[in-house]
Amino acid sequence: MRNPQLNGHGELQHLLTIEGLPRDILLSILDTAAPFTEVAEREVKKIPLLRGKSVFNLFFENSTRTRTTFEIAAKRLSADVINLNINTSSTAKGESLLDTVDNLAAMHADMFVVRHASSGAPFLIAEHLARTGRDHIHVVNAGDGRHAHPTQGLLDMYTVRHYKKDFSNLVVAVVGDVLHSRVARSEIHALTTLGVPEVRVIAPKTLLPTEVERLGVRVFHDLKEGLKGVDVVMMLRLQNERMQGALLPSRQEYFKEFGLTQEKLDLAKPDAIVLHPGPMNRGVEIDSAVADGGRAVILPQVTFGIAVRMAVMSMLAGH
Amino acid sequence: MKIHIKNGRVIDPASNTDRVQDVFVAGSKVVALGDAPGNFLANRVIDATGLVVCPGLVDISARLREPGYEYRATLVSEMSAAVAGGVTSLACPPDTDPVLDEPGLVEMLKYRAKTMNKARVFPRGALTVGLKGEHITEMAELTEAGCVAFSQADTPIVNTEVLHHALQYAATFGFPVWLQPRDAFVGRKGVAHDGEVATRLGLTPIPVTSETIALATILQLARDTGARVHIARISSGAGLNMVRDARAHGLSVTCDVSINHLHLCDTDIGYFNPHCHLMPPLRSQSDREALRQGLADGSIDVLCSDHTPVDDDGKQVPFDEAEPGATGLELLLPLTLKWGSEMGLPLAKTLSRITADAARVLGVDHGRLVVGAAADLCLFDPEAWSRVSRENLLSQGKNTPFLGLELPGKVRYTLVDGNVVFEAKPNT
Repeated sequence: MRNPQLNGHGELQHLLTIEGLPRDILLSILDTAAPFTEVAEREVKKIPLLRGKSVFNLFFENSTRTRTTFEIAAKRLSADVINLNINTSSTAKGESLLDTVDNLAAMHADMFVVRHASSGAPFLIAEHLARTGRDHIHVVNAGDGRHAHPTQGLLDMYTVRHYKKDFSNLVVAVVGDVLHSRVARSEIHALTTLGVPEVRVIAPKTLLPTEVERLGVRVFHDLKEGLKGVDVVMMLRLQNERMQGALLPSRQEYFKEFGLTQEKLDLAKPDAIVLHPGPMNRGVEIDSAVADGGRAVILPQVTFGIAVRMAVMSMLAGH
Repeated sequence: MKIHIKNGRVIDPASNTDRVQDVFVAGSKVVALGDAPGNFLANRVIDATGLVVCPGLVDISARLREPGYEYRATLVSEMSAAVAGGVTSLACPPDTDPVLDEPGLVEMLKYRAKTMNKARVFPRGALTVGLKGEHITEMAELTEAGCVAFSQADTPIVNTEVLHHALQYAATFGFPVWLQPRDAFVGRKGVAHDGEVATRLGLTPIPVTSETIALATILQLARDTGARVHIARISSGAGLNMVRDARAHGLSVTCDVSINHLHLCDTDIGYFNPHCHLMPPLRSQSDREALRQGLADGSIDVLCSDHTPVDDDGKQVPFDEAEPGATGLELLLPLTLKWGSEMGLPLAKTLSRITADAARVLGVDHGRLVVGAAADLCLFDPEAWSRVSRENLLSQGKNTPFLGLELPGKVRYTLVDGNVVFEAKPNT
């Protein structure tokens, strides 16, 4: 079976997941993103690569930040952007996912940016478009269930490369709720694909998926142990509902054991950087002193995120 | 009506028969094997040269979807699918709408099925009212109406005291109870086996412990109550070992596996193929190997289709939202043959798992091809291969992970009670 994100020439047709993408495609996305960081500093923040194209932001799950960054990225590329928050519109009226897609495709969409609570939903859409002869419409996964959030993974790689230059000598730790995290999965696949020699995950056993070590990571259950000698710390967001269902006892105990404080960060390398995909829960997974401190690169991540999303969109549908 | 079936390879697993000979049918019975009885004047002669003539298949679990789910399948469509697949007897679970928990519903289903003159239908009644796991059903009345066993389909009983009482009550009358081992809490929201594939795809997992915890309870209660328990749809090697151990210690439980779990594992989910959303979930490759071996050595008694027709709308959705299940009545024979040949088993032993063994576990007097038995027969060409396609399936459910596969074994004729109820078109 062909990788559904690649066309017959092995080029990127959709961006659905980082898993299985060749290293040179990841690198070319990062390389393409670099000049786009300057567009934001121009007086006219626009380039015409997507002029005349229609980008539909299909958000079946609430998100302000990701939707906004995709919208800005598309607009800076001169695309027409249509935002649909579908959990409040048609599926609530009983329309199926693929009916929604068919309707929007009939409006001559060029790209769907999809966020959905179900893992694999963007694959279903891409497969449906291919089966119905409309695979000129590109699909970008903006987060599906616990499965993947590839543009987040890529912007994290952009950030790491920006500060560390080279992937081949790094120790990177992914800390927190890996079990429910699409960001973690995308980060892990990106890091291992780009040649990071040691990727660690640090979490209590209740927040790690089965056989996670098969993804090519070292597993730690002790934050202090896991942070020793680390170059990059990638924090994950802990959602409040995890306190239910017996996964964790309390926010306080989680913060005490797995929250990133300055004291714990001092165990990492002196020049270690701290990433977080946002939105942050201060005092739960990360202490404010770290979030606002000199090692945090959380706001640059947001800025780079727009450039990376511009890169992805222009590579998929650009003139 | 007298039928002379000429020159077929007659296989009867129960009597270990496998030889080329003629079969003579008069009325509803098989009246002779080998030489014609005196004065036998056939109304019809079927040339079975090159075909296997075996007992009609017994599928111990097939959902017909009536009453209540006619948009997924109807008795008309599924009974046609059954006989096209060589199935002459089938048992259906009680998870219809309304649930089969009242004698009137069971009588109606039996009556409707009978008027179609296709396969025999043996309903399983609900073990608890509405399958809710609270009140036990009128099992004696339901048995009188035609139920051959009682089950919860795939809804576990949360309250183990209710399960205990249900088994005690069934044991009072010697009624068999079929239970799918599935914990009510562990992996409750899950959609895929808890392993590397679910981890990679971000699918909510169902651990093997969901099966083993439930099995521990069921086996303990079976021992305690003396109920006749059948374990439905075993999915893991660990679960199979528990059944083996229980049997080795003298407990007489039986168990089955579905055609899906015999041939597929979690990696077949691929890029979120909703046809692989099944319940129980497809487990790991090593689980699959254990199940294949267990069916060969008899630790697993029966292979079933677990036929579950789902309409396209139920599958054209993201994986976790998809209706679990796969169509299977027409794939039971081909997938049994495929397993048997891959395991290097003699054809008689292979077919036993879907004829004699299935009838034994179901407690019905079918699945045999001997003089005096009802003439329920399946005549198939073991050398003919055909492609599984939406067009070729008579079932209303076109949902199967085997779409596109070439499989061996083409049913040519199916007889029930001495009547030809299915005849393949020539050159198909």
